[in-house]
Amino acid sequence: RTSAILSKMVYKRFVEIGRVAFVSFGEDQGKLCAVVDIVDQNRALIDGPNIRRQAIGFKFLHLTGFVIQIGHGAGTTAVKKAWEKEGIEEKWQQSRWYKKLQMKATRRQLSDFDRFKLMKVKQRRSWLIKMEMGRLKKAQKK
Amino acid sequence: LKQLESGLLLVTGPYKVNGVPLKRVNQSYVIATSTKVNISGVDVSKVNDDYFKREKAPKAKKTEDNFFAQSTEQKKELSEDKKKTQKAVDAALLKTLKTDKLLAKYLGARFSLTKGMRAHELQF
Repeated sequence: RTSAILSKMVYKRFVEIGRVAFVSFGEDQGKLCAVVDIVDQNRALIDGPNIRRQAIGFKFLHLTGFVIQIGHGAGTTAVKKAWEKEGIEEKWQQSRWYKKLQMKATRRQLSDFDRFKLMKVKQRRSWLIKMEMGRLKKAQKK
Repeated sequence: LKQLESGLLLVTGPYKVNGVPLKRVNQSYVIATSTKVNISGVDVSKVNDDYFKREKAPKAKKTEDNFFAQSTEQKKELSEDKKKTQKAVDAALLKTLKTDKLLAKYLGARFSLTKGMRAHELQF
C-alpha cells in the first residue's frame, strides 16, 4: 500500500477487503463498516461493530482512509477484533470528516436563542478582526 | 405568561425591552421555542379575558354641529390601572432578565430568515 506506483495514482482509497467505509444512505446512515467481501460489480458484503452484516451497494459507501486486516468473508467477531486492533473508532473520531459531521449536527439542533447568541459572537469576532486590521494598516502607513 | 380561558396566550415584552405590552396572542401565530424564562415571581392571576374587553366610549349626541364638525378621534389612552399592572408584571421579569443580558437583547431583536436558513429545518 505504500508502493511508489500508488503514490502517483489519482485515487488513493480503494475498495479492498478490510476497507473501512462510511454509510451515506439508508437506515444505517452515518455508520462505519468494513468491506468484508465483494458480491459483484455493484455490491459489497459489509460488516461493522454497529451495523448488521449485509450486502450494500457501492453507491452508498464513502471510502475512508482506514483499512483493517481481515481475510475475505471474515466473520463478525473477526471483523470486530480487527476493528478494535486498528483502533478505528478513535481514529475516526479524530478525523476532520467526523468533526465536520458533528459540527453540522450541532448546528442543526441550535435553538433560536442559540442562533442569536452565535450571531452576536460572530459579530464580535469580526469586529475584533477589523479593529486589528485597522491597527495594522495604520502601523503600515507610518 | 399563561393560557387564558379563551385559549389565547397571555404575553408581555416586557414592555421596556421590546415594546410589547400585556396582550393576547393566538397560538396559530406563535412558534414555541425551547428557551424558557423563569416567571415564578410573576403574578398574572388578575389578568383575564375580561381585562382586555373594550371600554365603551360615551356616545356623543347627534346634533348638527357635531355632524359637521371635524371628527377629532380621541386617542384612547391606557388607563392608569392597566399601566400599573403592566409595570407590576414586568418588574419580576426584568429582574430575571438583568442577570441574562443576552436574553434581554434576544427578546428585543426581531426574527428574520437569512440565506441558507430553511424554516422547516430550523429547530426553535
